Amino acid sequence: MQPSSSSAQAPSRSNLAGWLYVSPLVLVLVPFFVAPILVVLAASFFATDGFGGLTPGFTLASYVEVLHSALTLKLYLATIKFTVLTWVFTLIIGFFVAYFLVFHVRNQLLAIGLFLLCTVPFWTSNIIRMISWIPLLGKEGLINQALLAMGVIHQPLEVLLFSDLAVVIAYVHQLTIFMIVPIFNSMARIDKKLIEAAIDAGASRFDIMRLIVVPMSKSGIALGTIFVVSIVMGDFFVVKVMSGGGSASVVSAFYEDVGVLQYPTAAASAVLLTLVLVAIVSLILRTVDIRQEITR
Amino acid sequence: MSDETKGTFTSDPAGTEAKTGVKSTKKLSRRTLLKGAAAVAGAAVGSDAIRGFPTIWAQEIKDIELRHVGVSYSVVKAIGDQAAKDLGFKVTMQNLDTSAAINRFISQPNTVDIADLEGWQAKLAAKRSVIQGIEVKKIKEFDNILPIFTKGEIDGHKIPRQGISPYEAMYISKPDSTDLHDGVTEWATFLPQVYNADSIGYRPDLVGHEVTEWKDLIDPKFKGKAAILDVPAIGIMDAALCFESAGLIKYGNKGNMTKEEIDFTCNKLIELKKQGQFRATWTTFDQSVQLMAAGEVVIQSMWSPAVAAVRVKEIPCVYAPVNVKNGKEGYRGWCNGMGLMKHLSGKKLDAAYEYLNWYLSGWQGGFVGRYGYYSPVPSTAKKFLTAAEWDFWYDGKPAPEVINDPYGVAMEKAGTKRDGGSFLDRVKNISCWNTLMDEAAYMNKRWNDFKVA
Repeated sequence: MQPSSSSAQAPSRSNLAGWLYVSPLVLVLVPFFVAPILVVLAASFFATDGFGGLTPGFTLASYVEVLHSALTLKLYLATIKFTVLTWVFTLIIGFFVAYFLVFHVRNQLLAIGLFLLCTVPFWTSNIIRMISWIPLLGKEGLINQALLAMGVIHQPLEVLLFSDLAVVIAYVHQLTIFMIVPIFNSMARIDKKLIEAAIDAGASRFDIMRLIVVPMSKSGIALGTIFVVSIVMGDFFVVKVMSGGGSASVVSAFYEDVGVLQYPTAAASAVLLTLVLVAIVSLILRTVDIRQEITR
Repeated sequence: MSDETKGTFTSDPAGTEAKTGVKSTKKLSRRTLLKGAAAVAGAAVGSDAIRGFPTIWAQEIKDIELRHVGVSYSVVKAIGDQAAKDLGFKVTMQNLDTSAAINRFISQPNTVDIADLEGWQAKLAAKRSVIQGIEVKKIKEFDNILPIFTKGEIDGHKIPRQGISPYEAMYISKPDSTDLHDGVTEWATFLPQVYNADSIGYRPDLVGHEVTEWKDLIDPKFKGKAAILDVPAIGIMDAALCFESAGLIKYGNKGNMTKEEIDFTCNKLIELKKQGQFRATWTTFDQSVQLMAAGEVVIQSMWSPAVAAVRVKEIPCVYAPVNVKNGKEGYRGWCNGMGLMKHLSGKKLDAAYEYLNWYLSGWQGGFVGRYGYYSPVPSTAKKFLTAAEWDFWYDGKPAPEVINDPYGVAMEKAGTKRDGGSFLDRVKNISCWNTLMDEAAYMNKRWNDFKVA
């Protein structure tokens, strides 16, 4: 009995240790993520009297309504448009900022200093960062005034504010840091000797970029993409303010639903959005094995 | 006044003391029992009142905290602070936007003591059983509340019932009824505390003529320079007022449209949006002020104090008097009132009634009067306004002297007249009230179509 018990104890102890390791995460995720999601999921199947009253039960009516509505398609198209534009610009800017910091700033202390400088705008609230664009882009804003004074234009450009352009500008401003950080991180792990070797072997700068830097920054790009995509798709406030209410997003539409107490349709839209995001994220993870790249 | 106050308190502390006594006998020390007895005695003597309260009562209530929750233009910290000072218990004012507020009242009713409700929210709150009826008898000034609210009329003029008028939402037959009662009863869903009539704000220098009709908002002349309110339930009514004014449609009830009427209105809005009529839409007071002050728009649906806030920046801005003409036009009225949440009982409920009574006793009426809103009991508000302020804000006369805002900042020059005329001119020209339609879900969907178009 003794030997067998000790051999049985060993795996169970490591099992216990494993559980202990994940417990902090579980303790956070279960009450703050899993439970709310389950509540939303349940609500999406309930019926409503139209005045905030929920009747527990199981009906697919809300899903049928959401999926049959042309509005849903339009909202997703609008949201995906903002997501793709924001992603492209944050990726380009984020990649090159990280590239500059890692490969062009020789002094490591200076690089870290500059990296911290990138985060300075993020010390203020993102609402302030967004709103501060308004006096700059407005009809009587600084940019229009400057262009008018220089005689470049004769009528103020209205497209600068309360437009899709303004929304994308605000998103890019807010989210580029989420690209810079992971890309910087993965680039910093690239062994500089590898690049020297490539140069010695006669590779052009473009080849180095294409064959070494980009492939080896893949995990950073993927992580940044997950951040940017999920934040833009889950946001409604920037769209609301910067488009001057002229555009809507998936979330803003179901926020309005909540405002008039249409909980089941709002819940169904939320579940749908979660599924779409899960699909996008798993697609990204399928292309890039982040786990392997990080533990490299 | 004081007689009745004492009446309430001589009976109530005794009653509640008895109740709490039973509940917590185990924990009760002799000292607290004595204190309770003293409270009863003190209340019974009841003569040496501090602001109407017996001394011992003040001891008993100082630990009470009332949480008054609602929108920022109705639930104001300065008012709560003054109430706390006058009443001797703690009052916490918490602000949420309209939709967050109604969601909180319904989903977390126990986190709120006094719910600040619009008429339509009172209807919903009653339906969801989160509020208890207010016993009309316990409201001292109830008979002095303008009949607009209590009887649905003023000076023989019937108050229109398009949308959900405060009168319509005011009564329930029993304290725990869930359906509104048409006609006066002993139980109120909410106690009106502040209200006004909304219309259009415009830049007189840039519009070029006096605006008295809603259709100017959709005039192609102001293409790219107009804005509309983006709170679907009431934004759609502003739009309806415009379309009715332009003679495009005649609504059965702007405040409770049929699906066809909603379709017509939203399709027309989409058409206007595609033509570039709207520079933006706005959802908060500040946004509307910014749009106007920054020169983004020259005409938009707007609230009276927002117009004043633009003028404070020395930018000319006028609040359009849209008096009813040929069955068209008119203001969109709104009214916020206080509802008692269902969980209130005992001392806390007494304190809540005291708070309601304080609200109607004039200080608050004077305060909100100074930014252009009205009190349902003008007779008490008058005592807290100077003669000049009364003339300007209520009587629509030219200001005899400089008019200050509630915080003492100069707001209007001497000689200015309030837009829209006297109080009666305004309220008699309200043609519809803020609402939640029966087809709210459909309306909301169509409004989102407009937003994403």
